[in-house]
Amino acid sequence: MTDTVPRIVGTRELNRLVVRFAGDSGDGMQLTGDRFTSASALFGNDLATLPEFPAEIRAPQGTLAGVSAFQVQVSDHDITTPGDAPNVLVAMNPAALRKELMHLEFGGTVIVNQDAFVERNLTKAGYDADPLDDGSLDNYTLFKVPMTTITKEVCKDLGVKPRDAERSKNFFALGLLSWLYSRPAQPTLDWISAKFKRQQMIADANTAAFKAGMAFGETAELFDFTYEVKPAALAPGTYTNVNGNTALSWGLVAASQQAKVPLFLGSYPITPASDILHELSQRKNFGVRTLQAEDEIAAVCAALGASFGGHLGITTTSGPGIALKGETIGLAVSLELPLLVINIQRGGPSTGLPTKTESADLMQAMYGRHGESPVPIVAAYSPSQCFFAAIEAARIALKYRTPVILLSDGYLANGSEPWLLPDVSTLPDLTVEFATGPNHTKDDGTEVFWPYLRDPETKARPWAVPGTPGLTHRIGGIEKEDGTGNINYEADNHGYMVKLREERVAHIANDIPPTMLDGDTGDADLLVLGWGSTWGAITSAVMRARAEGRKVAHAHVTHLNPLPRDLGDIVRRYPKVLVPEMNLGQFCRIIRAEFLVDAQSVCKVEGIPFTAAELHSHINGVLDD
Amino acid sequence: MTDVPTTTKADWTSDQEVRWCPGCGDYSILTAVQMLMPELNVRREDTVFVSGIGCAARFPYYMNTYGMHGIHGRAPALATGLAMARPELHVWVVGGDGDMLSIGGNHLLHALRRNVNLNILLFNNQIYGLTKGQYSPTSEIGKVTKSTPAGSIDEPFNPVSVAIGAEASFVARTHDMDRQHMMDMFRRAHDFPGASFVEVFQNCNVFNDGAFGAITKKDKRASMLIPLEHGQPIRFGENDENGVVINPQGSAEVVNVADVGESALLVHDETRQDPSLAFALSRLSAGPFEPTPIGVYRAVERSEYAGEASKQLALAQEQSGPGDLEALLHSRPTWEVS
Repeated sequence: MTDTVPRIVGTRELNRLVVRFAGDSGDGMQLTGDRFTSASALFGNDLATLPEFPAEIRAPQGTLAGVSAFQVQVSDHDITTPGDAPNVLVAMNPAALRKELMHLEFGGTVIVNQDAFVERNLTKAGYDADPLDDGSLDNYTLFKVPMTTITKEVCKDLGVKPRDAERSKNFFALGLLSWLYSRPAQPTLDWISAKFKRQQMIADANTAAFKAGMAFGETAELFDFTYEVKPAALAPGTYTNVNGNTALSWGLVAASQQAKVPLFLGSYPITPASDILHELSQRKNFGVRTLQAEDEIAAVCAALGASFGGHLGITTTSGPGIALKGETIGLAVSLELPLLVINIQRGGPSTGLPTKTESADLMQAMYGRHGESPVPIVAAYSPSQCFFAAIEAARIALKYRTPVILLSDGYLANGSEPWLLPDVSTLPDLTVEFATGPNHTKDDGTEVFWPYLRDPETKARPWAVPGTPGLTHRIGGIEKEDGTGNINYEADNHGYMVKLREERVAHIANDIPPTMLDGDTGDADLLVLGWGSTWGAITSAVMRARAEGRKVAHAHVTHLNPLPRDLGDIVRRYPKVLVPEMNLGQFCRIIRAEFLVDAQSVCKVEGIPFTAAELHSHINGVLDD
Repeated sequence: MTDVPTTTKADWTSDQEVRWCPGCGDYSILTAVQMLMPELNVRREDTVFVSGIGCAARFPYYMNTYGMHGIHGRAPALATGLAMARPELHVWVVGGDGDMLSIGGNHLLHALRRNVNLNILLFNNQIYGLTKGQYSPTSEIGKVTKSTPAGSIDEPFNPVSVAIGAEASFVARTHDMDRQHMMDMFRRAHDFPGASFVEVFQNCNVFNDGAFGAITKKDKRASMLIPLEHGQPIRFGENDENGVVINPQGSAEVVNVADVGESALLVHDETRQDPSLAFALSRLSAGPFEPTPIGVYRAVERSEYAGEASKQLALAQEQSGPGDLEALLHSRPTWEVS
């Protein structure tokens, strides 16, 4: 099996490659995918990722329930999705093969850890016969690699325990894939030595396993070719690979810096939002205060209390947490204080699918409070764009003194892509003015402070922070009189305040960007109208349809409340409107109600994003209808 | 702070009409607070009252300070965020027994265990007032109310026991019939660096009139209220004839001093780290019909939460320098495309 002379292996060029790593939850598949992604990013490919993992930390080993997968598409051109069907499936055990094979393209490559295909594991995965031998994989290119055996072998003299040695097998798989697809090895080797600098034996084992994987590819005579995906011709500049939660966290830090207002995060751990709490709790040198609260309600209340104290109060959660925070968001509507409420949406209802993506909380964001309680809503549409969405949501909250809901989802949160780093000097100035003195003269000539006297342009009330002399005032959730802020239960006053709060939010439409409309599409037969994380799949699908000569426009809405002023014209401009959503048509319902157009909904509520192929087929279906 | 201007009660009184029922115990508590404030040497603008919902929670509207009337039960959480954001402020939290022990029980527990620098005043009237007379988490078993026509079957909370069990650093009890005692307790709460919890027995003359009368009426106090004074043997009674001992089982017990001798009495130590004696004292009375200790049960200083959070920020800035956004964005591996 070994040659002393390196074999000559041909290299074939690919425009793009979709790899799916799958294994048991304990097999380190997320890490493996992440390292493959990072090496590809540093190599200069464009890429997009889709991590998929079970909600259980460690489901029973070897079972279908315990399979964790990570899909990445790398390409030599601009891409927007993690790919439809993978070209390559790496299956570390029978359960991973059984569960993930259906995703693989016909004729695709399957690389398995042969050592895991023993009777016990086959039984757990529900195989009656060994699929490696029964001909069931004849339609695929199968490579059987004894990953565990080789990994243990190369680790045996390193002093590492056999169990730890076995755990390095994911780095063997990574090494093999890195060789097969011409990924640079150095970033991975550097990462291993940095990550395990205090556990030298583990570092040595992982390094040995990784190198063994590369060597195996080169010498095993299994592979006739290696493949290469050249760097993508991306816009010039400095890039980093970023996922949505990190970009969003950094956007919050940026907003705080640009506003010169300290950031306060109140949060309760919840999947898939917790990483924002983790990231921000490391940013204390930016003046960021984080509180891991006793519950979701305390988290948002503490954020609101901090906003009263002159901080940018933020709370991060997922849909179930928003349900609990509703009353406090209503209080913030009444108090007219800045508050950022961030919902990293996941599958619902109830606990639903904690680790899977869904975008079914739009109506909850719009109406999930009692009374007439309007709240501006901003939605992020790609992992890196979460940075700018966070800044925009903070801008609206600070400028208009209102709670703002920022919607992301599990797909954006955990998915990553290369990000052309912005020049921080180009970020918007979010400076706020705090109230410093009286703003009203009474009839008797005394100067007083009225907490609900508004800026004529923004309709925002003054932000008067405790500690400021001369501005002592009381605010609360009881209906109040405009101007003085005094309690007022009068019928006329309530009617006035309800309309005022509605107008305050509606009026923000004057201060948001026009709808994102893609390409020269004035004569299109169909408008595909999206919001949130469907952007990538819609973009790819529309490109494919256009490549076939179809006339398709794509509008993507980032401000869901208030809607952009031009959206009505846009949706009426095209003969057909298709609204793909990861819910049962919530935005479509809003569009139909607001603009009286016969928009059609296309829904996918399965915990996984749309593929471009699915949407492409829907687009053609509507056009041919 | 020598430059704090001299103030009077009127300076601390807002222009809002007080809307409690005539005869409500809340009036005397409000007066005690407004009279205390000029003595605390603090500025009005540095003082904030935060509340939840309920009769007691209207309190902030009547104080000429900063104030927030929040939502039911959440005042300790709102105040925690405010105190963390602005550690220099004097933040008071006011609420009733339903607000703080029922819907907001969780927040009270966590504010106490974190030891956030809040002065928490729990007005305990053993009834829901604002919703017109349902039983509360401190109502006695058997209480007949609109929602318990056959009598309450819920075991009530003892607020002082709850606070001590929640790792509270400062725990005191007072009542609305004794302004000077209230002012003393509120002053101690203010002076204490950390979460201070004061239970105030408060009469709801509409829905639970006289709930504490058996112990707080002037002619009952000497025999029914047990004053806790740091460093002093615990004694009470018209002629100080009664005292408190810890019995061999570890429980507090009322005894006749003549029977046991003065040296056997428990000497109150509010600074004792171990909370078990303070807890034992809180269990001495099963309700406002037995001799009940009032005063400071416990005052044990420990790290204050907002201060600790600020220290971590200062340390991070000292170690890593002030935040640099450009550097943050470049903190992970980057590559150039030309």
